[in-house]
Amino acid sequence: MAEVEETLKQLQSQKGMQGIILVNTEGIPLKSTTDDPTTTQYANLMHNFILKAQSTMREIDPQNDITFLRIRSKKNEIMVAPDKDYFLIVIQNPTE
Amino acid sequence: MASVGTHCRRLCRDLGFLPSLPPALLRLTIATSSSGRKPSLHRSQEDFGASDSSSPAWSHRVGPGSPGQAPLLLYLQQRLPPVGPAAFTFVINVVTPAPGHGGKDEVNEEVEPVNMEVMGHPEIYPLVLTTKTQEIFNCRVDEDVTDDQPYKLIKKEDIFEDFKNRGAISDFHPVKKVIQEYPGDEILLVYDKDFKYGLNFYVIGTEEGKENYLNPPEVLEDQEEYKEYSSEEVYIYKAPVSKPWISLGSEKEIEEESVNEATKQTTYMISRKRRKFGAPIKFSDHNASSIKDAYIECTAYPDKNFTLQQVEKDVGMQVIPQIKDRGTQTRWTYPKNATTQYYPREFSEEEKEAVGQSKPFADFFDNVSVGVEIALQQNEIMNTFIDDWKCLAEEEGTFVDKTDTQLKEYQSFTDLHSPMEKMITCVAWHPTIYGLIAVSVAVRLSFEDRVLNSGKLLLQPSLILLWSFSDPIHPQLMLEGPDDIFCFQFCPSDPNIIAGGCINGQIVMWDITAHADRIENIKSGGGRSKKPILKPMFLLEPDSNKEATYIRHCAVSSIENGHRKVITDIHWLADTFEINRMGAVFENRNGICCQLVTCSADCTVCFWDIRPQKALLPQTAEKKKEEVIEIPFDVPSTFLHLDLSWKPLAKVRLSKGETSVDHCPTKISLNESHISQTPDHMVAQDRAGKMEEINPYQNLEGGMAGHLKPIDEFCTKFFVGTEEGEVIYTDWKLERDPETGRLMSKKPVSMHTVHDGAVHTIQRSPFYNDIILTIGGWNVAIWKENVMTGPLLQSCCAPKRYTSGHWSLTRPAVFYVGREDGYIDIWDLLEKTHEPSLSQNICITMITGIKPWPSSSKQQLLAIADHFGTLHILEIPWTLSHPSSNEVSSVQYYFQREVKHLEYVAQRKVIRDKEIKQINMEKERKRSKTYQKSKEQIEAGLKLDYEQYLDLEKTTLISLGLLKISERRSFIDML
Repeated sequence: MAEVEETLKQLQSQKGMQGIILVNTEGIPLKSTTDDPTTTQYANLMHNFILKAQSTMREIDPQNDITFLRIRSKKNEIMVAPDKDYFLIVIQNPTE
Repeated sequence: MASVGTHCRRLCRDLGFLPSLPPALLRLTIATSSSGRKPSLHRSQEDFGASDSSSPAWSHRVGPGSPGQAPLLLYLQQRLPPVGPAAFTFVINVVTPAPGHGGKDEVNEEVEPVNMEVMGHPEIYPLVLTTKTQEIFNCRVDEDVTDDQPYKLIKKEDIFEDFKNRGAISDFHPVKKVIQEYPGDEILLVYDKDFKYGLNFYVIGTEEGKENYLNPPEVLEDQEEYKEYSSEEVYIYKAPVSKPWISLGSEKEIEEESVNEATKQTTYMISRKRRKFGAPIKFSDHNASSIKDAYIECTAYPDKNFTLQQVEKDVGMQVIPQIKDRGTQTRWTYPKNATTQYYPREFSEEEKEAVGQSKPFADFFDNVSVGVEIALQQNEIMNTFIDDWKCLAEEEGTFVDKTDTQLKEYQSFTDLHSPMEKMITCVAWHPTIYGLIAVSVAVRLSFEDRVLNSGKLLLQPSLILLWSFSDPIHPQLMLEGPDDIFCFQFCPSDPNIIAGGCINGQIVMWDITAHADRIENIKSGGGRSKKPILKPMFLLEPDSNKEATYIRHCAVSSIENGHRKVITDIHWLADTFEINRMGAVFENRNGICCQLVTCSADCTVCFWDIRPQKALLPQTAEKKKEEVIEIPFDVPSTFLHLDLSWKPLAKVRLSKGETSVDHCPTKISLNESHISQTPDHMVAQDRAGKMEEINPYQNLEGGMAGHLKPIDEFCTKFFVGTEEGEVIYTDWKLERDPETGRLMSKKPVSMHTVHDGAVHTIQRSPFYNDIILTIGGWNVAIWKENVMTGPLLQSCCAPKRYTSGHWSLTRPAVFYVGREDGYIDIWDLLEKTHEPSLSQNICITMITGIKPWPSSSKQQLLAIADHFGTLHILEIPWTLSHPSSNEVSSVQYYFQREVKHLEYVAQRKVIRDKEIKQINMEKERKRSKTYQKSKEQIEAGLKLDYEQYLDLEKTTLISLGLLKISERRSFIDML
């Protein structure tokens, strides 16, 4: 747990960091650095999105799998690192 | 019959055979005949033994039947199973002699054949054939004739032969007549196994019967065949083939059916003279009997000639396909309100903890965090997705040359009608209508001249002029005030309400709602002609309706209770809050701006409420009523309740503290953090107000009524610029003097004298709520609220005095400053902070007012008013109106840096003070040292130790705070 906290802190210290959310495969947030409504919203929406992305990749090539997803928007960038059991969602404002 | 049975049995007993033969085995066949013969019994010779041949063994009368009894022909047949050594059959024949034979013994000749007419077969003649006969004719039972072939054709000659041979004992004897009459050669003999007709054989007496028997009707056979066939057949559709029509007479039927007109039609023509048509007819009553033929009775009677009975009826029939009408409809039900709500699934803290500590979670996070970190750092190093071309274009500017930074003259307005020379005191754009600008004008005179000419001036109206772009000659509206107006402002909630401050200290209210249509129509007119300035004058002249109308003010404040000197600044308070007499802030219930704040040269800041006060004395009410009669009709009654009795809600004196002289405010700036109204919002409000057709200002509730919700964390502090060039940050909240209990205004939070002349501009930045621009005298300063150590920026003295200024509305780094020589200084903080980045000449005289206005996204206008009463409208160049990509943040950053710098300076000051102290001390010490040494060198050595001791003692005491430096000096002096 301490290690996790350490890593979280390290990520948190990155420039333009807006939030880090850890979500399980069911879309339930486990850890978050943002407020509750934002967390719930991101967790739910990104969960749907990443599942769709995953299924898309597997549809194209069943051997393939998604490893990292970066969504660049006008205001920020959302990075999702999916794994078997959990997703890590990071929101960064790169131009800050 | 019973007698016949017993007779037969006796007969059998007599014959010596089987005396105990049961009667059941005796078969008796009795045929009745109409004649009354006695039945005779014959015995076949061959049957009863070969011994007595050629003659009947016995002949016996069956019994004398009663005379009336029907004679019987009794055939008694008995077939016995083989009993004993030999099997034989015997038949007992009871023979009745044929009628007409009389008493003849020749019985066989008289035999009448018996047919089976009774059973419906007159051609069938049953007969008994004995075994012997069967052998003769080859028709032995079960050998020659069987069930399958129960018949035999016997030649007629053979039977005749048999007749000849055997005579009357021939079995065919009973049917001899039939055989003799038989037309054919062969007679059919049928074996009647089931004794259907009573005997074991029968002959068929006719040729047809024989044919029918041998060839039974084929129909039956065919039907059976058909049945068998159809059960197995699979139906195959065969299209009907058209055949040539063969007339079978149906066309005649059709001909008969068709109706033809047989009779010739008769035509009648009835004519009447033209003039008899339409002639007037007069009806009158008559006695029916008085005139001949006046009354004809037509009674109904049945005409015998035409009694037709329906004999035949033609009925037509046609087959049509079955038609059915069907309908279906979903059932209607009541609509029901239903809601559903969901909430996100969440883990509890314990669950989160549990997951967080699990191994897979830690592993996952370790794996993933590296990649994420790399991605994050990539973004930090460089924005990969930046569009270089777009940035390049942004830098270069789109369609306007970047070098073009000059303000361009767009239009100018001068009031040509006023006989006196006037100056513009205040400028304001109409908040919603395009191209409409209001200016207040005042007579350009010094105070002394004004006093001297006061009589003349009274005849002159004091005006606010509303100019429109569409008409550069005539003002659209002229608002008339009691005296020269030095400041005014459109109400943010309703642009038709204007509040102004007069030179005599009165506040004036105008309501131009009645003229709103007029100015809006101008707006549309202005929209149509883009360059109205090019319109020839003579075209504009005839528009007499454009001749300005004077609009009287609808309320002025009371002279006794208001300001005593010229009002220098007026502001509407935001519609979100309101204050009470104590200066405490409450939530505004009306939702519209209904309070004003003014500052005046009489050293006070006043708050005003435009709503009627509750505690109005009846006398004043009466007084008001009188006034109502006095006022002209064209004045709207919006603020009638205020007229001449309006008192300030709260008054704040700006005392200097110890001295009796107070600060003389020229401009004020309130925290407008609650004003977040965009023009759009305002327009919407305005429209809404119009749609409802109810001016909210017409029916304002009494102010301060009921319980108000206080706003606690509201900043009640505000900036004041004074005539002496001070910038004061103070609080409008009044506090009670602890000694006298009177309400006192608070002491200023901070006060700085940075300007070397009267402050004429004090304004918050439209981008940063806490950044304030102050202009006064010869320099400019920028302040940040709550940073009260000094201004963030203070410009050095300009060559000419500044007279006005304004922030740019679109660029946070830009503000415009007007000078007394008619120049405009444009400051761009991003470019230079020590001097204006641009200076441009506008007019020859002092600039008294600057107001920018973003008319559209591409066009921005700047209104500049001068001392000679001319209003210049200039177009702001693209570079000055369009901010660079991140100007807001960079200017913010600049201000932050300045704040840090100020802090640093403050710190340095403390340090410097310390250093100065030390240096002074050092100097002092040196001086004292030299002094002593020069005085007496002998004593020096002795004193030195003591001096050093004293020094040590002093420093220790000073450092302990027990001794002051001044004392030390005196001590040294003493020495």
